[in-house]
Amino acid sequence: MMENSKPSGERRLVITGELLGRGRAGHGAYEDNGNVFSKFVGLAEARDDLHFVIPLSGVYNPKRGDGVIGRVTEIIFQKWIADINSPYEATLPLSEGVEGFVDLTKADLTKYFDYGDVVFTEIAQVSKQRHVTLTMRSRKCRKLKGGRLIRVTPAKVPRIIGKGGSMVEMIKQMTGTQIVVGQNGVVWMRGDNEDVAAEAVLTIEERAHMHGLTDYVKAMLEKRMGKPYVPKPPEQRDEGFRDLRSERGESFEPREGRTEQPQAEEGLGDVENIQI
Amino acid sequence: MIEMDPMLITEIAMRGKRIDNRAFETYRDVQIETGIIGSAEGSAHVKLGETEVIAGIKIEIGTPYPDTADEGVLTCSAELLPLASPEFEKGPPGEESIELARVVDRAIRESKCLDMKKMCIKAEEVVWMIYVDMDVLNDDGNLIDCACLAAVAALASAKMPKLNKDGDKYEADYDVHEGGLPMNGIPISTTFAKIDGIIVADPNVVEIKAMGARLTVGTIDKAGEIKLCSMQKGGERGLKIEEVDKIIDLAVVKGEELRKKVRIAAGK
Amino acid sequence: MGGHTEEQVIVDGKRPDGRAFDETRPMAAEIGTLKRADGSAVFKFGSTWAIAGVFGPRKVLPRHREQSDRAILRTDYRMASFSTSERSRPGPSRRSQEISMVMRNAIVPALFLEEFPRTAIDGVAEILQADASTRCAGINAMVLALADAGVPMYDLVSSCSAGIVNGYTLLDIAGKEDTSGELDLPIAYYHRKKELTLIQMDGIAKPEKVKEILRVAIKGCEQVYEAQKKALRSRYEVVTEEAE
Repeated sequence: MMENSKPSGERRLVITGELLGRGRAGHGAYEDNGNVFSKFVGLAEARDDLHFVIPLSGVYNPKRGDGVIGRVTEIIFQKWIADINSPYEATLPLSEGVEGFVDLTKADLTKYFDYGDVVFTEIAQVSKQRHVTLTMRSRKCRKLKGGRLIRVTPAKVPRIIGKGGSMVEMIKQMTGTQIVVGQNGVVWMRGDNEDVAAEAVLTIEERAHMHGLTDYVKAMLEKRMGKPYVPKPPEQRDEGFRDLRSERGESFEPREGRTEQPQAEEGLGDVENIQI
Repeated sequence: MIEMDPMLITEIAMRGKRIDNRAFETYRDVQIETGIIGSAEGSAHVKLGETEVIAGIKIEIGTPYPDTADEGVLTCSAELLPLASPEFEKGPPGEESIELARVVDRAIRESKCLDMKKMCIKAEEVVWMIYVDMDVLNDDGNLIDCACLAAVAALASAKMPKLNKDGDKYEADYDVHEGGLPMNGIPISTTFAKIDGIIVADPNVVEIKAMGARLTVGTIDKAGEIKLCSMQKGGERGLKIEEVDKIIDLAVVKGEELRKKVRIAAGK
Repeated sequence: MGGHTEEQVIVDGKRPDGRAFDETRPMAAEIGTLKRADGSAVFKFGSTWAIAGVFGPRKVLPRHREQSDRAILRTDYRMASFSTSERSRPGPSRRSQEISMVMRNAIVPALFLEEFPRTAIDGVAEILQADASTRCAGINAMVLALADAGVPMYDLVSSCSAGIVNGYTLLDIAGKEDTSGELDLPIAYYHRKKELTLIQMDGIAKPEKVKEILRVAIKGCEQVYEAQKKALRSRYEVVTEEAE
């Protein structure tokens, strides 16, 4: 998000109702007679005359295109219901979760996604009344097996990812863990040093509004892991986490390496040996 | 149930007329009838437009509260009967009926129209308990003003029972009446709603749904001048200080109009 | 207000604690004290002490209460049994139910409820110690708790009360002033729109006097506003340099 853009000004702490300046209101701000005010306690930035605010707290308000981590809580009729760490539940319809034809008279939906399964999924649609529809069709979507989940303030996710993914990359590399960050403030990690990775993420959550955060986390990781951080050049990195909040829509494509089958045997995302 | 679109109300307000063709500051027709419930010491039936409330006064002998040991006890309560509106439910009092009772109670209590010290029979032991019970029979808006009119008219026309002392025991004889309650001034509550920036008096049920805010102001006449004795703002929007000023001024005028009707009805 | 004693409390034009007539008691506010709540805050006027916690926006239960196009705000005002000099029975009273309602109406105008349809924002204000202006302290704490929870708002709402004691118009009446006072007028002020979102009055006064008291109370709300803003700012360290 803001890490990937070039702010034209400083980032400063503002409180609810504070005047940001004259101009237009972006996220987290509102305009009243040409004056722009903050809706939140957060960090304000301005790009030309567009003022926006990153809140320092708050729940996740689902947005189309976001990659989120959810947990299956219910299975009814032809769909799964998932908790996506939001006041709003999300629905994964059968057609978005399973490739190919499914004979409902014979199929057991828990075969594809069972109660308690954790998935990295994409928000396909959000209605005006915030009914959320998920899809597993994007390439990034997959089941997340094992590991642990941490909840953070959704608004702080960009800090956890870092500019161009640099922050999460550092944590992954230093701790040797797989990490997936959902825009909804849920972070999944798996590896031998999960606890160090978790500590790093929670540190970022606590200090998101402070300066020198990257250095602080780097120092903490170096101390914990007993080795210096030498960033790998981009070509040598793993696939890395790709920010799903992209403007282009994901196209409906079969997963690579799968062959079309008349009967589906696994749900989308059911892949062993995840390389992340 | 299909109801009037609140947006239509504001359009009408813009055009200078209310949905029932009243001027902004005009109250609906008021009808007050007292002494209608024989079993109560005082009673009144008030119709404010189609809003209807019956208030009953029961006066009994009881014990005072410890921190007001030399005063009688005044208790007000209100029931929003399910027959009064499709929106009233059976069951324990909701916040609307609690607010109604407390606002009327405040207007009566804070105005000191009833000298509760005169209701003391024997300090710390025996006092008169005055129960004001309001039953809302029909809700066509502005329950507060209607209920307050009913309560006050009932109080003003109530008859005290005779006090009999038998050794240490006090008893009330309800067959003999000894005059009315000692009232000094008639408190009147007047409610105004703000709809799209326009202040209207005595909002009806449709206007209540469309309004942003309402302000109820209680006034009392004492020693020849009108004073304010209570205020309560309701509704989910706010009021500018200038709007509050205006409502205060209107409350004095409208309160006096209603007060005259109560005096006539109560024979005072 | 407590029972009336009609004592001469203002002696030689001085208030018992030496405050100016238009001065509030020392205020204190702290944000984020309750870890399990989504947002929380403490607010004090002198010894009146309120703590508020906010949960949400979250799913509405029971479901039939939800509104399809906006969040609902549910506020609960409670007084601890030990908060007053005489122990009060635990549980809601008619007074606390009424105050819960006027608190909600005081705060709702400042919230962006439409951003979270079909949810509830639940706020609880508990009075731990009561010395007048408890509903005001409750509102001030709850507004801060809402901001702490990341609920989008137009502005803060501030609440304060003014009244008449021994014939004098005073701001933030407390202690002996409260038991001997003739009139008490708590209000809440929504600064962005310059609107009063709570007005209640107990007592008798001439109309022009009431208008004057309202204005004194608004000035008090402006003092509260400064205290609230300061508390929110000091919750986080100041960010001065450029973004990384």
